[in-house]
Amino acid sequence: MESMIHGVEGFMYPNEIELQWSILIVLYPYITGLVAGAFILASLERVFNVEAVKPTYRLALLTALAFLLVAPLPLQLHLGHPERAFEMFLTPHTTSAMAMFGFVYLWYLMAVLVLEIWLDYRKDIVLMARGSTGRMRQLYRAMALWSDNLSERSLEIDDKVGRFITLVGVPSAFLLHGYVGFIFGSIKANPWWSTPVMPVVFLFSAMVSGIALVMLVYMVACVFRGTVIDMRCLDTIARYLLYTFIIDFALEMLDLIHRIYESDESFKTLDFMVHTQLYFPHIIVQIVLGTILPIGLLGLVQLMSLSEHQRKGFYATAGVLTLIGIFAMRWNVVIGGQLFSKSFLGYTTYKLDFATREGLLPAIIILILPFIILWVLVKLLPPWTQQEPAA
Amino acid sequence: MQRFIKDKEHLVRMVGLFLIGLVLFLVVQVLLVPKDFYKFGHFRAGALADNAARPVVFAGRQACESCHPDVVEARKGSRHGIIGCEACHGALAKHADDPGSLKPTRPDARTLCLVCHREDVAKPKSFKQVNPQEHMGGEPCISCHKPHHPETA
Amino acid sequence: MGTNRREFLKSTGKFVLLTSAAALAWDFLEAGTPEAAPNYKLQEHWWAFAVDIEKCIGCGNCVRACKTENNVPLEPYFFRTWVERYHVPKGDIEHPEVDSPNGGYDGFPARYQPGDGSKNFFVPKLCNHCSHSPCTQVCPVGATFESPDGAVLVDKTYCLGCRYCVQACPYGCRFIDPRTMTVDKCSLCYHRITKGLTTACCESCPTGARMLGDLKNPKDPMHEFLRIHKILVLKPQMATGAKLYYNGLDGSVR
Repeated sequence: MESMIHGVEGFMYPNEIELQWSILIVLYPYITGLVAGAFILASLERVFNVEAVKPTYRLALLTALAFLLVAPLPLQLHLGHPERAFEMFLTPHTTSAMAMFGFVYLWYLMAVLVLEIWLDYRKDIVLMARGSTGRMRQLYRAMALWSDNLSERSLEIDDKVGRFITLVGVPSAFLLHGYVGFIFGSIKANPWWSTPVMPVVFLFSAMVSGIALVMLVYMVACVFRGTVIDMRCLDTIARYLLYTFIIDFALEMLDLIHRIYESDESFKTLDFMVHTQLYFPHIIVQIVLGTILPIGLLGLVQLMSLSEHQRKGFYATAGVLTLIGIFAMRWNVVIGGQLFSKSFLGYTTYKLDFATREGLLPAIIILILPFIILWVLVKLLPPWTQQEPAA
Repeated sequence: MQRFIKDKEHLVRMVGLFLIGLVLFLVVQVLLVPKDFYKFGHFRAGALADNAARPVVFAGRQACESCHPDVVEARKGSRHGIIGCEACHGALAKHADDPGSLKPTRPDARTLCLVCHREDVAKPKSFKQVNPQEHMGGEPCISCHKPHHPETA
Repeated sequence: MGTNRREFLKSTGKFVLLTSAAALAWDFLEAGTPEAAPNYKLQEHWWAFAVDIEKCIGCGNCVRACKTENNVPLEPYFFRTWVERYHVPKGDIEHPEVDSPNGGYDGFPARYQPGDGSKNFFVPKLCNHCSHSPCTQVCPVGATFESPDGAVLVDKTYCLGCRYCVQACPYGCRFIDPRTMTVDKCSLCYHRITKGLTTACCESCPTGARMLGDLKNPKDPMHEFLRIHKILVLKPQMATGAKLYYNGLDGSVR
C-alpha cells in the first residue's frame, strides 16, 4: 500500500488513492454489452423482418446466451463478500440502480433468452431426442420438457409466442445494458460519469460490439466448418454495424463537445487526464483505432465496389478493431473515472496485477470462457441447417 | 380445457416451471430476510445496536475529572483547561474502568508540546506557537511551563 | 376409525400451523431493539458536526484518536477522518497546493515559509453525515443507511463490498476495510454518542476546532455557533444535505 502514494500526482483525498473498481468492472459492461448487441442483431430478423441476416439468427442467440452466463462472474470475483450477493434478491434497495441487476439479469436470462432459444429450437430438440439414445436422449427429452408434439399447430403457436418474446426482448435488452450505463451516469459525485447520455452511449456502443462479435463469430465458424459465407447476410450485418457506429460516434462526440463548450469546474482536470494518462487508451485505441478506422473501413465498402475477398478482409479488420475499441471505451469510463481526484487537484495510477483475484489473468479467463460455452452450445444445439453449401 | 391445452402442453409445462421458481423464490425471501429489516427504513434495525455496541477506548474527560479533582483545580484559569485529558495522556478508558489495570505513562514533554506549539505558517496567528531554537534553544518546555497550567512557571 | 384419524390429523395440522404462526408473530414483535443503548431514544436526537477552521492547528490529534478509538487500519490509506493543509498562493484561490501526509496522522512537516503573500490553513475532514446522502441512495442492499437520529452508518454484517457507495460519496469519506472487505467510514462514534460521551476526535482536539452537536437539543452550543458564524458546507451544489458545518471555509477548499 505504501507504494500507492508514489503513483499519486498532486493531491487526492486519502481514501481515493486506491482504485475501487478494477478491470473486472470493465469486463461486466463489456460482456453485457455484447449480449445486448448480439440479441438486437438477432431481433433484426425476427421483429424487423430483415431476412438477409437469418443465417446468423440462431448463432447470435447462442452467442448472447454464452456471454450472459459468464456475465455475473466478474462481479462475483470483485465483491468483498460474494456469498452475500443474494442479498440483492432479498432486500433490493429500489433507489439503487445496482439492485436492479439481479432481477433484470434473471428476467433477461429466463424470460427472454432461454425462452426464445427454446421456442426456436424446440422442433430440432424433439427431433434430436427422437434420434438419439442413452444420456443424450434423456437430456434432449428434458430440454423439450418431455413433450413430443410437433404438430403444425404447435409449431405455429411456438412461432407466434417466440415472435412476441423477441418483441419484449428488445426493450429488455435495452434495459439490461441501459441500466449499466445508468449505474455510472447517475453518480453526481463523479463528473466523468455523470451525464444523462451515459445509458444511451453505453447502449449504442453495446450494439456496435455485439453486432461486430456475431459477424466475426459467423465468419470464423464458416471457415472452421468449411462452408460458404453468405455474402448477402454479411454485407447486411456490416451495413447495420456502420449505421449503429455512426450514431454511437455522434453521441460520444456530442458529449465531448458539450463538455468542452461548457468547460465547468471538472473540465480542466478531465481534459488533462485525457491528454496524459488516458491518451493511449482514449485517443489512440478508442477513438482512432476503435471508431474512426472501423467506420472508415465500413464506409469505404459502401462507397467503393470491392471484391468479395476484399470485403471479407475489411469486415474482419473492422470487426476486430471494433471489439478492441469498445473494450477501450469501457476501460476509459470505469478506470478513467477513478484516475482523477474528486478535488480536481490530482491523479493516481491503476496498478493491474496479473495473477490476483482482480488481475489480468482472471480477466483473460473470463473473456475466453464464453467461447468455450458457445462451443458446447453449438454442439448441443447446432445453429445451422444441413443444407449449407461447402466452401 | 383439453382443447385449450392441445398443442400447447409444452408451454403450459414451461409456465408451470416458472411459477414453481417464483414460489420457491418468495419462500426463500420470507425465510432469509432478517426479521428486523424495514423497521426504521431500508436497513436491518439491529445494525443500530451493532454500531452502538463497539468498545469505548477513550474514557472522556468527565471520567478523568471524577477521580482527579486536584488536576481540575490545577487547570482552572488556564488556556489548557479546555483540552481533554486524553488529548495528551492517550486513550484511558481501561484505566478509568479499572485504575490498577493500566497505569498511564507521562507523555514526553520534548515531543508532545511541539506537536501543537511548533510554529507553522498554517496555524492560526492567534495560537501561541514558537520556534524551539529561538524560544528556548533546545531546553525542555517543562523547565519553564507547567503542562497543566502553562501560564505559570 | 377413519373419522378419528381425520380428526386427529386436522387438529394436529391446526396446532402446528398456529404454533408456527404464533412463533413467527412473536419473533416479529421481539425483533429489533429500538434502543441502540439503554435510555437512548432515537427520536430525541438529530446529530450534526461543526469544524472551526480558524481554530485548527493541524496537530493531528483527531486523526490519531479516531484510529485508536475505532480500530481503523494504520496502514495507509484508510481514514475515517483526516486533515488537509492548504497553501493558497497569493491571490490564486483556484490553484491551492494541498497536502495530507498520511492523512495528518503524524502531523505536518514544515513546508511553507511565511512572508510570500500566501494563505495557509488546515481543513479537517470527515463524513458529512448527509441528510440526503448520495451514498446510501446507491447501496443495492441497504447495508448503509441514514439512522433516524441523523448518523450515516454501515451494517458490516450485511455489506457486500461492492464499493458503489465509495464511488458515490462526493467527499471521499469511505473506504473498504481490507480486513473485513466491507465498507467503513466515520460513524460519528455512534457507540460513544449514544452513551452521552462525545466523539473521540472532539475529545482529543486541543483547540475546540471540532464540535459535535445535537440539533434537537435546544441548549446545544451548536445552535449559537451556526448563528454567529458564516457557515459553509463542502460542495453545496451537490445538495447532499451535508451536516458538517464549517466556519472559515475558504473558496479554495475542495
